[in-house]
Amino acid sequence: MTDATANSTGGTPGRNAGSLFDKDPRTRKRNAAETRFRMMGLAAVIFGVLCLVGLLGSIISNGVSAFSQTFIIVDVFLDPAKLDKDGDRDPDKIAKVTTFGYAPLIATAMEQAMEQANISIEGLGKKDAAELVSKEAPAQLRNYVLNNIDEIGETVRFKVLASGRIDGYYKGRVTMASAELDRNVSPAQLQLADQLKAAGLLSTGFNWQFFTAPDASDTRPEAAGLGVAILGSLYMMIIVLVLALPLGVAASVYLEEFAPQNWLTDAIEVNIANLAAVPSIVFGILGLAIFINMAGLPQSAPIVGGLVLTLMTLPTIIIATRAALKAVPPSIRDAALGVGASKMQSVFHHVLPLAAPGILTGTIIGLAQALGETAPLLLIGMVAFVREFPDGPPDGFFDPASALPVQVYNWTQRGDPAFVERASGAIIVLLIFLVCMNALAIVLRRRFERRW
Amino acid sequence: MNDMSRLERTVGTKNIKMECRDCQVYYGDTHAIKDVNVDIEDKTVTAFIGPSGCGKSTFLRCLNRMNDTISVARVEGQFKLDGEDIYDRRVDPVQLRAKVGMVFQKPNPFPKSIYDNVAYGPRIHGLARNKAELDDIVEQALRRGALWNEVKDRLDAPGTGLSGGQQQRLCIARAVATEPEVLLMDEPCSALDPIATAQVEELIDELRQSYSVVIVTHSMQQAARVSQKTAFFHLGNLVEFGETGQIFTNPVDPRTESYITGRIG
Ligand SMILES: Nc1ncnc2c1ncn2[C@@H]1O[C@H](COP(=O)(O)OP(=O)(O)O)[C@@H](O)[C@H]1O
Ligand SMILES: [Mg+2]
Repeated sequence: MTDATANSTGGTPGRNAGSLFDKDPRTRKRNAAETRFRMMGLAAVIFGVLCLVGLLGSIISNGVSAFSQTFIIVDVFLDPAKLDKDGDRDPDKIAKVTTFGYAPLIATAMEQAMEQANISIEGLGKKDAAELVSKEAPAQLRNYVLNNIDEIGETVRFKVLASGRIDGYYKGRVTMASAELDRNVSPAQLQLADQLKAAGLLSTGFNWQFFTAPDASDTRPEAAGLGVAILGSLYMMIIVLVLALPLGVAASVYLEEFAPQNWLTDAIEVNIANLAAVPSIVFGILGLAIFINMAGLPQSAPIVGGLVLTLMTLPTIIIATRAALKAVPPSIRDAALGVGASKMQSVFHHVLPLAAPGILTGTIIGLAQALGETAPLLLIGMVAFVREFPDGPPDGFFDPASALPVQVYNWTQRGDPAFVERASGAIIVLLIFLVCMNALAIVLRRRFERRW
Repeated sequence: MNDMSRLERTVGTKNIKMECRDCQVYYGDTHAIKDVNVDIEDKTVTAFIGPSGCGKSTFLRCLNRMNDTISVARVEGQFKLDGEDIYDRRVDPVQLRAKVGMVFQKPNPFPKSIYDNVAYGPRIHGLARNKAELDDIVEQALRRGALWNEVKDRLDAPGTGLSGGQQQRLCIARAVATEPEVLLMDEPCSALDPIATAQVEELIDELRQSYSVVIVTHSMQQAARVSQKTAFFHLGNLVEFGETGQIFTNPVDPRTESYITGRIG
């Protein structure tokens, strides 16, 4: 536009009179405007990058410690007098011994470990020493014994979780000073932990359980893991992929290539665009009303979550697919029709393969959105505390499960500060999944495009 | 121009391949083709000339019902291929297009290999029973498209990687591979340089041995060089239709004369 006006005034005398080395005022003004615009753009980019770095930095600094965990090594004597009073190794009877029956074994083992390592700390009783070990440990021990009944009577070496406070001590969350004020841990216990560490009985290692263990109750953050949440999210993604991709592609192909252009298709088009903008919690209400109350599907189940997320993802996939189909040059359709291909052959042999990269990208972006979606899942009860792993698919689709973003939300609501670390760690896991999905989208797209 | 040689060329009476009577085409309210009557002869090159926007492409697309794909387009009149009405309700346009092939203005090879481009038509029409037969069809088509020698060593290379002229000859080979009876070409040389144009023109002359060819062109020289019959369109009307030599040397209508001498268009 500037050029056009420049040309129209080009006839004015003197405009072309000056030397090429001197910039005329018009050019200077134009260059200044361009520089300003570039600066503004650059500033916007820098601002965005800074925000992102700040966000990632805070999440990582909070959450990276969730990936390491403090363990205590104890040699537990599986006392037959406690576990199997009759001595007949009957699994049913042994199963009657609750975790309370196992706790003393660990306490004794701790005592012996201290004796052997010559550790004695003033004012630290046997019970206090046992508190270094997570409350989850007796349950782990019990599971082990029930699976290995013939080892009763032997001494077995276990690597048990240290309690949340001890773990926090080695992550800098708990200090001697804060322990003074803490009902759950005393400075003496921290000293004991230090000495156990010196004796090689306490160590910090990678926290595999964070990925494999189910959620744990408020009092044992050290045992809380993402296992059920990851599995639940995976199930929901499978359901979304299996339902939304074929439905979305079929709908788009029909609307874009086959449907007559009339008010009805226009109305559908407008509605799909609107649907993409509907707040996700509305889909949650819909899911609650239709899938749970009307269809009677179980609460907290991945099948319901998957269906709700499918509804949410469909518009995204349809819009992306239609854009991808529109981007295929019409000359390709003409070419196919020109050699006598039917409409469907031209679509399936030529148009869809060319649109595939776009469809794929749209689908993965839709899936990524669905993976991070929280609000609708809260409404259909996926926020419940679930410790049982769901079965394998397809039965597991109907079992209660959690989901990654809901687990994050859940953990941020808990009292113990150790859950802050867990929540940030879960966010990191979620982000890693998202990055992997986007990387996959890029790789697939490259692969498709590299064909030509 | 060698108009004189055209004049002297004997044009015997031939079979009418396609017969078009009282043809009208509307795009919505626009009346794009008005009362056009044209007979396309077998084994003849018929050229449609005229200023741009006069409806040449529109009329050409009527001949294989490509206008069906444009929702606002409405076609009226009689179009007969070998005496059968191609707009009859019983006619499947897909079957028609296998008989009346088309080459477009812009080269539009599929983004597949050269081989697959040519083999696509025969494949979907089931013209080959096995791979060897298909190979044979592809080779024949590429030879007829005057492209075989240039691409025989790289049949797996993408068709889109060829030069513009090669791409257009590939498209011609692709159209030829389905054994059409009529070949429609919409300004096939408009995107090509003079050398590629000469190659394509030579090709058209050879194709005339087996097909009836209809070519739209805005270049009068090209029409004079390749065609035996010429139709001159102007503003949707067929102004003049006859032997190419006669149209170029002795036009009946003053509008034809002004166009040929460069006064309109
Ligand atoms: N798809 C279309 N929709 C509406 N009008 C069209 C369409 N295609 C062509 N027309 C109109 O029909 C007339 C003839 O066009 P066309 O056949 O392409 O001319 P030519 O090929 O001779 O240059 C033009 O006025 C053009 O605007
Ligand atoms: Mg045209």
